[in-house]
Amino acid sequence: MTDLTDLTIADAREGLAAKSFSAVELAEAHLAAIRCANRALNAYVLETPERALDMAKQSDARLAKGEAGTLEGIPLGIKDLFCTKDVRTTACSHILDRFTPPYESTVTANLWDAGAVMLGKLNNDEFAMGSSNETSFYGEVVNPWRRAGSDAPLVPGGSSGGSSAAVAARLCLGATATDTGGSIRQPAAFTGTVGVKPTYGRCSRWGIVAFASSLDQAGPIARTVRDAAILLGVMASHDPKDATSADLPVPDFEAAVGQGVKGLTIGIPKEYRVEGMAPEIEALWQQGIAWLTEAGATVKDISLPHTKYALPSYYIVAPAEASSNLARYDGVRYGLREPGKDVLSMYENTRESGFGAEVKRRVLIGTYVLSAGYYDAYYLKAQKVRTLIKRDFDQAFENVDAILTPTTPAPAFAAGEKSGDPLEMYLNDIFTVTVNMAGLPGISVPAGLSSEGTPLGLQVIGRPFDEETLFRVGHALEEAAGPMAKPQDWWSKS
Amino acid sequence: MSVDRATVFRIARLARIAITDAEAERLESELSGILDWVAQLDELDTANVEPMTRVEAMTMKMRKDEVTDGFCAADIVKNAPQEDDHYFVVPKIVE
Amino acid sequence: MDAKTEKSNLIAGETGDWEVVIGMEVHAQVTSNAKLFSGARTEFGGEPNAHVSLVDAAMPGMLPVINEACVAQAVRTGLGLKAEINLSSVFDRKNYFYPDLPQGYQISQYKNPIVGEGEVIVDLLSGERVVVGIERLHLEQDAGKSLHDQHPQNSYVDLNRSGVALMEIVSKPDLRSSEQAKAYVSKLRTILRYLGTCDGNMEEGSLRADVNVSVRRPGDGFGTRCEIKNVNSIRFIGQAIEYEARRQIEIIEDGGTIDQETRLFDAKTGETRSMRSKEEAHDYRYFPDPDLLPLELTQDFVDEIAGSLPELPDEKRARFIADYGLTPYDADVLVSERESVDYFEDVAKGRDAKQAANWVINELFGRLNKEGLAIDDSPISSAQLGGIVDLIKAGTISGKIAKDVFDIVWTEGGDPAEIVEKRGMKQVTDTRAIEKAVDEVMAANPDKVAQAKEKPAVAGWFVGQVMKATGGKASPQAVNALLKSKLGLE
Ligand SMILES: [Mg+2]
Ligand SMILES: [Zn+2]
Repeated sequence: MTDLTDLTIADAREGLAAKSFSAVELAEAHLAAIRCANRALNAYVLETPERALDMAKQSDARLAKGEAGTLEGIPLGIKDLFCTKDVRTTACSHILDRFTPPYESTVTANLWDAGAVMLGKLNNDEFAMGSSNETSFYGEVVNPWRRAGSDAPLVPGGSSGGSSAAVAARLCLGATATDTGGSIRQPAAFTGTVGVKPTYGRCSRWGIVAFASSLDQAGPIARTVRDAAILLGVMASHDPKDATSADLPVPDFEAAVGQGVKGLTIGIPKEYRVEGMAPEIEALWQQGIAWLTEAGATVKDISLPHTKYALPSYYIVAPAEASSNLARYDGVRYGLREPGKDVLSMYENTRESGFGAEVKRRVLIGTYVLSAGYYDAYYLKAQKVRTLIKRDFDQAFENVDAILTPTTPAPAFAAGEKSGDPLEMYLNDIFTVTVNMAGLPGISVPAGLSSEGTPLGLQVIGRPFDEETLFRVGHALEEAAGPMAKPQDWWSKS
Repeated sequence: MSVDRATVFRIARLARIAITDAEAERLESELSGILDWVAQLDELDTANVEPMTRVEAMTMKMRKDEVTDGFCAADIVKNAPQEDDHYFVVPKIVE
Repeated sequence: MDAKTEKSNLIAGETGDWEVVIGMEVHAQVTSNAKLFSGARTEFGGEPNAHVSLVDAAMPGMLPVINEACVAQAVRTGLGLKAEINLSSVFDRKNYFYPDLPQGYQISQYKNPIVGEGEVIVDLLSGERVVVGIERLHLEQDAGKSLHDQHPQNSYVDLNRSGVALMEIVSKPDLRSSEQAKAYVSKLRTILRYLGTCDGNMEEGSLRADVNVSVRRPGDGFGTRCEIKNVNSIRFIGQAIEYEARRQIEIIEDGGTIDQETRLFDAKTGETRSMRSKEEAHDYRYFPDPDLLPLELTQDFVDEIAGSLPELPDEKRARFIADYGLTPYDADVLVSERESVDYFEDVAKGRDAKQAANWVINELFGRLNKEGLAIDDSPISSAQLGGIVDLIKAGTISGKIAKDVFDIVWTEGGDPAEIVEKRGMKQVTDTRAIEKAVDEVMAANPDKVAQAKEKPAVAGWFVGQVMKATGGKASPQAVNALLKSKLGLE
């Protein structure tokens, strides 16, 4: 029997159905892997073995009765931004490190309803603010991938760095993640995994700790396009508890996988050929174009003229919304409280000690751009730029069915390499952030290895609520790229 | 520098985050750097552009006027740093 | 001089006359079962944090979803204020920190409110009429409550109010005296209660006013204003304005200037004082709430509400004066409370409205007032009072006997017709019986009969005697007619 932790979700589902192994065995295999790996990778901030085994037992009972759900017995990791009932949820912030929600997020509730098994809570950048998982209060996550011939730790990307690292290192079959500016796709690209940021409104935001409300979307990270499609199909739903949730039926995403790309027109935006982009990224992009052409798609050059303004406008919109969303962490009703001589100093001390440097920086930027006299120049301006960015895409989608770009301008970088300069760190999101600003769906698919032997990803961007095309194109890329290499296990200590 | 020291302190006070002089010095240059960088948006003429208020053509749906929630005070105060008889307790507020 | 300046409204200072300028922001709690953005109940009181959902407590990841009934109530109120309804409006976040504001922001409407300009007509007792412009009406969340006397070092926070829907109704600075301001709030309260959009209960805080007060020399531009926050009774509104206007006049007359500031009214001293906690200048950083989409209404939605609007006090008042011949004063008394007008209209239905108004205003209101009762507590129902009016109309009882019947129904209850029947209070309309009494009285008083021929006024004495002889039950009309013919006075 192959190692149970190496299975795809699709294979594990078959194996469970065929009684080749039980859900409890599957869960135990993963719990063991986590025990051996977590000290080195720090992907999980909370392991929930008892709950996992209990859920797996129930899955086995349902499997035996022939009542299996779509994800029956599938062990998953949950980003610590998703509130989980009676299980500590912290957003990896000191300000919430004692918070145990009495409620379950809609997305995770959908997963449990489908029979999935929770292994634990995954590390992330504090409040999802970061691109390297170095801002977590619980410490950085280490990428299971290393540069060829080097022991130097690389970042797993962020903010969903725990999710990407855990999926890549076989510490779960799939994971939930969230993406505000690239936080699913960039870590997926850095770890050789598949990450999907669905259309804004596809997944409910209810019960997910908010970063920037108009940009946040939940999505899956998995090892194959099919697995990502299976997960998204369960995570997505119309939720009356989220006023921005789309009242649309959730298509059978898995059915789209394997439909091929014949007859599709793929746009190649020239503005994504940015200065300073590594030549190997350009080569990868060309390779992707060739693969899709060979698979029967038509490729077309397009222009998205406002691309370069997406990142600066994002760094107005996201901090502005965050500054307001994070105002509730005041030490009154839950979370950390640092005493003060009066209410004001209690607030100031609590937020001073509860938030990390990056969160503070963004809260302050956000406070500034919304403050009296600056609203029009910053927030309003940025929202207007969003209209222009969206218009670029609308026009492009009149002629193409999907857009192909690299996911990141470079492969995974070393820990500490960019944490000194916020602006340099922000540039990581240059290709992914446009998608959030326009509310579109995007997928990152592993497409090869860099000259350093680390993963590289290609991104496909689709029309609103047309994730199916992303799964078709993503799968074609996956097929053409061939089986993704596996990071060499240096982290397990039994 | 688009942000001076006094502004950093004013913003930090508005955001209710205590900062030291050393932090203020660092923030002054970091915030200025970010604001100088986002100033490239000024290249764009957006006078006749509507701000984006929604991602897709969705209208806000409304809820029925039904009582579906509440009576869970124990849950509400469960995570409170200080609580008394289901009240949240804070240092005395002077009006 | 401003057209609105009335000499009688001016305040005499040491250096001359002053005019006070008042604008109001009235916060009216929307009548609804559940809160504006959550499913928790709105009921007043309750155990601490019992009427609180995870949304109201701003737990991480909680999201607002709007209550349709609150939107409909705002539209209904807008229509009642003859205001324009904005089919598209936006909810914004007003950001500030306070322990009873769990989100760290209040969801309100800033640039695009649901209701635009309208007006309220205010009639004062003096007969003066003021048309007060409404600037806007918007929907917003109420905050929770901080209690300061439970503990020496701590304040206690209860979020039961948190998230309850409020309508903030902003007037133009069109008011020129405390009397006008009080009358405006009463009128607004009346309209809201007619509409059923706010119960107007000021003790429970369902209606409270922020009062903006400034003073100026008549004809000058606006002075610097102070905002007196959260005044929760009509009487206090009057006191606060009087005090504040005097305070400002004194400062200016002493050569000082007014600081624009937020003040609190202290009901114990009748004074206003600066709010220390608001010393710091506010910067609310308003921006559209990204958790909510723009609120879009169809014209049909608005039209349907417009179709269900009740007759409002101004219309009723006009109708009572024109159709029923009531005096403006009586009409005002009747329309000022929804319960009163409902009661009156029940009594008046199918009856002589003027007579109904007389009985409601003079007998019923008089008695209620005397006994300190509200109309809802009236021991006499509208049906019972209507029954009494019917008996008078049918000639079954006289107006005088009717007052006795009223008294019996008030203290003992019962059906007026039955009471009259059982207790033999019926008016005697049998002419033979009355004629007999008239003849007897005339026979016993030949001197008076002779006098009456010269002095017709003496006939009145005969009426009294006949009524006495019949135990007050004779029909006065019949007695009069008989006496006139028998005394030869025609
Ligand atoms: Mg106000
Ligand atoms: Zn207000």
